[in-house]
Amino acid sequence: MDFKIRVIQNFPQLGDIDRNFAVHCEDIKKAIKDQIDLIVFPELSLTGYLLKDMVPVVAVHKVHPIIEELQELSKKISILIGLVEESDSVIFYNSAFYFEDGLLKFTHRKVYLPTYGMFEEERYFGSGDKIRAFDTKFGRFGVAICEDAWHPSLIYALSQDRIKYLFILSSSPGRGFSETGERFKTSEIWETLIRTYAMLFSNYVVFANRSGVEDGVSFWGGSEIIDPSGESVLKLPYFEESFGDYVLEEDNIRRVRMYSPLLRDEKLGLTLKELKRIYDNDR
Amino acid sequence: MTTIDKINIKGVIKLITNFIRSEVRKTGFNKIVIGLSGGLDSSVVAYLSVLGLGKENVTGILLPYKTSVSESKEHALLVAKNLGIKTVEISITEMVDAYLCKFKNEISKGRSGNIMARQRMIVLYDQAVEHDSLVMGTSNKTEILLGYTTLWGDMACALSPIGDLYKTQVRILARELTVPEVIIKKHPSADLWIGQTDEKDLGFTYEDVDKLLFYMVDERYTMPQLEKIGYKTEFITKVFNLIQKNQFKRKLPIIAKISNRTVDHDFRYPRDWGL
Repeated sequence: MDFKIRVIQNFPQLGDIDRNFAVHCEDIKKAIKDQIDLIVFPELSLTGYLLKDMVPVVAVHKVHPIIEELQELSKKISILIGLVEESDSVIFYNSAFYFEDGLLKFTHRKVYLPTYGMFEEERYFGSGDKIRAFDTKFGRFGVAICEDAWHPSLIYALSQDRIKYLFILSSSPGRGFSETGERFKTSEIWETLIRTYAMLFSNYVVFANRSGVEDGVSFWGGSEIIDPSGESVLKLPYFEESFGDYVLEEDNIRRVRMYSPLLRDEKLGLTLKELKRIYDNDR
Repeated sequence: MTTIDKINIKGVIKLITNFIRSEVRKTGFNKIVIGLSGGLDSSVVAYLSVLGLGKENVTGILLPYKTSVSESKEHALLVAKNLGIKTVEISITEMVDAYLCKFKNEISKGRSGNIMARQRMIVLYDQAVEHDSLVMGTSNKTEILLGYTTLWGDMACALSPIGDLYKTQVRILARELTVPEVIIKKHPSADLWIGQTDEKDLGFTYEDVDKLLFYMVDERYTMPQLEKIGYKTEFITKVFNLIQKNQFKRKLPIIAKISNRTVDHDFRYPRDWGL
């Protein structure tokens, strides 16, 4: 089926969950009015990124007034959002929550937590231990959070789990400003990655990346939707707060997969066998 | 449950003297200068510095302004005499007034206080060169957290030996170090204008705020938990807001990240790099 999505490239206020949630609600209500089917926010859209010791303060358990309100809103629109999740056992995760028809339907906990260079996520978050596709009323989805997408194994697993739509939520800080143009080197690599995933796995890629500045770090925005043939069909501006709408058409996936049956021809068994050999003894 | 006044005094003194000795000497220096105000914090740090480095390696710098109360100087000299350290007195009156006189009466107490604190910093850093020394810091944890301090003024130093001790704890240390009782007992004051006291400026006592800070910062109690043990919402909020809004004083200025390696972001070495 076809469905209309809105990508929000927001600028959350660091650690101010009340303010951010109010803005999210406005965005969601406006999207409902504009007859959007699915609204997508970036990684940690509700909290901001460089949280450090604020992590436990802004964490949300799956039983929480904010979750209740999002469930209520999701009766009229599907919502994919980034937040700090607090588990029953008081572990904090960098998570994405998907709401549909009044329910919290799916949670992805970021698996790959960058802890190098300027990053220190493992200091604050537990890492997720599941890579799962899930069914929605629009088709089969997979969610990756930022660094997750720099590990092709994760995207490969989602692809083998039969996703048709890949959502990458990001808070990507710009590093290495380009010698030409108005981009960071980071942006150039990301743009290559998401095109590659769309083409290799013949699915849509929705890349929602935040904007704004925290502690001198610029989040570069440039959110994008890539269709299954690798074409960019929606591109939001760099650095600025913005949003954009696009209708995703399932037929495009069918057309590309007919023409180039990469998914059909993938040898999962062989891959597994060889990976197991490498894992067990040959490395 | 740990409480704020249950500190291992002898252990802490040993730890700090070792810290001073090690962190001063590894830089290639042997000596320190310290601004002696006659107050509790600088007196305690002077005692600790002498324990760490020996009296011949500590110079007390007295930096009075014309409105400084006379007991400030008396108490500073008392500390110097008890410790047997040399002192240098440099009045900041002329330097500060040379600037202040350009503004007649337009400058607020806060502004002129900051000017004095920063002028003292200028003199201390210059005297450090004169005496082949490092500048010793005297800020305590209470004022660092509350931001009750002048940015690049009284905060400026090479090392901060009592920066992780609340004022209440510094007072406990002072007794053990035999700092004169008259210094321990007087009302803490920055002595930037006549009649100023810290507790009047802040609107609460050190004893009260230190306990709250201890639960809030060290024990990480949440707002409802603090209320449950009897703190008023208003007091908690006031203190939390002070801590939060003064975070900038505890950090170096933020650098706009452009390259792959940005100082403070992903150019990270310990302060003791190469030492």
